[in-house]
Amino acid sequence: MNPEKGLEFGIYTLGDHLADPTTGKRIPAQQRLKEIIEYAKLADQAGLDYFSVGESHQSYFATQAHSVVLAAIAQATENIKIGSSSTIISTSDPVRVYEDFSTIDLLSGGRAEIVAGRASRIGLFDLLGYDVQDYEALFEEKFDLLRQINENDVVNWSGEFRAPLRNAEVIPRPQEGSLPIWRAVGGSPASAIKAGYAGVPMFMAHLGGPAFVFKRTVDAYREAAERGGHNPAELPVATAGFFYAAETTQQALREMYPHINEGMKRTNGQGFPKQHFAQGADPHNIINVGSPQEIIEKILYQHEMFGHQRYIAQIDFGGVPFERLEKNIELIATEILPAVKKHTAKK
Amino acid sequence: MKIVGISGSIIGSKTKIAMTHTMNKIKDNYSDAEVSLLDLADYELPFSDGRNYLDYTGDAAHVLQTIMDADALIIGTPIFQASIPATLKNIFDLLPVNAFRDKVVSIVVTAGSAKHYLIAEQQIKPILAYMKAQVVQTYVFIEAEDFLNKEIINDDVFFRIERLVEDTVMLTDTFTRIREEKEASYDF
Repeated sequence: MNPEKGLEFGIYTLGDHLADPTTGKRIPAQQRLKEIIEYAKLADQAGLDYFSVGESHQSYFATQAHSVVLAAIAQATENIKIGSSSTIISTSDPVRVYEDFSTIDLLSGGRAEIVAGRASRIGLFDLLGYDVQDYEALFEEKFDLLRQINENDVVNWSGEFRAPLRNAEVIPRPQEGSLPIWRAVGGSPASAIKAGYAGVPMFMAHLGGPAFVFKRTVDAYREAAERGGHNPAELPVATAGFFYAAETTQQALREMYPHINEGMKRTNGQGFPKQHFAQGADPHNIINVGSPQEIIEKILYQHEMFGHQRYIAQIDFGGVPFERLEKNIELIATEILPAVKKHTAKK
Repeated sequence: MKIVGISGSIIGSKTKIAMTHTMNKIKDNYSDAEVSLLDLADYELPFSDGRNYLDYTGDAAHVLQTIMDADALIIGTPIFQASIPATLKNIFDLLPVNAFRDKVVSIVVTAGSAKHYLIAEQQIKPILAYMKAQVVQTYVFIEAEDFLNKEIINDDVFFRIERLVEDTVMLTDTFTRIREEKEASYDF
């Protein structure tokens, strides 16, 4: 990452596979997967910095095999960094995850990153044969192993949830010798503090509410990093959340709301209250919805507050038709990205 | 309008009797309401482990989805050791923190002693408020002496239940209408 070039701008998808609520129709999984790859291509051509794909193992998702999708994206793109959002390390073997991502890294010419998370839904524990009682312990142990593999060519390791590794070489090694590995953090400080103590870059996802609330999480992360003997200035922070640009605020709210509301109902069990969403238009709200100019101001406000290194937009949640994604990328490329870079790059 | 009653104990008879009467009253007075009663004695429910309610299976999935789909809830509870039974608290724990957003919730208490009158005020209402319910402030408090041979014998209890039902339906209608007007005004 080069902070001289200003705030990095990326896009992420959870890989959700939901009906477009305005038509009630859901595209086939095959089309959704191909559109995700097209989406990544557009982001790459628009000069965006980062594109990532999530792993979810329940209904209404299509990218369970997210590393396979990322390999296809690696092949289809040229410059954009590619990562996960996130990889559920708890229910995977860190050795296999590392093999996958270092392969993607080699195929893409050194563009791969891993964001490791714990899953907000837990159906995958049953599916993959893990006990949800071990939710925390599985993550901490496997995340630690993933990092050890990343930092050492030869690994000696033993733990509770996986056979020990003795003088194990996990290959292929990535292009630069190691991969950027981030810890996925929800809004609350508890997990951020763990990331800070461990000196791991933080990928902070947020749904909505005042940006200021998330400042506490970022501060807690940096304080913990300092206490853990790390230099917070060297630890990147990425923020990730809802984004939707249109010609006017009202048009953006109108086009985005049904997708968020219906998508949340299906994947989380509760809709997004309209009252809360209406507040999303406020300049101090973390949801980046509005006209390009309003979004520029929001991102700059957030950047001033968080001092983060990367912002990652989620635009496609809830069956947003592909032409709307194209339109959003066009607005990012022509209006938002140049302004954000101009104001955040070191002069 | 979907109105769901909950009989919050898996033992005893009084709460179930009071709730059955309450739900029948709704059916009699509001024929267009969709009414159902969840008697927790009929279900095998696990303790909450914090997962999303969609991730529970079997009885728990049915009970939780029924509650989440309701426009209004009437919660019936006995008083055990000066509080609500663990079975009812577990229902609250199984649900998301904002589970009662945009729902009207009212309360029917059965108790062995008048000394328990404020339990609903001090222990149930704070939970309902935390979970974003629009609470019907006046609740029905029924004592053991109001029952005889598995029936309610106090006319005043009938009148109070009738008023509770009326208030629940009226508040649900009102809040729904006000919310719809407000949401329409957002114009998105």
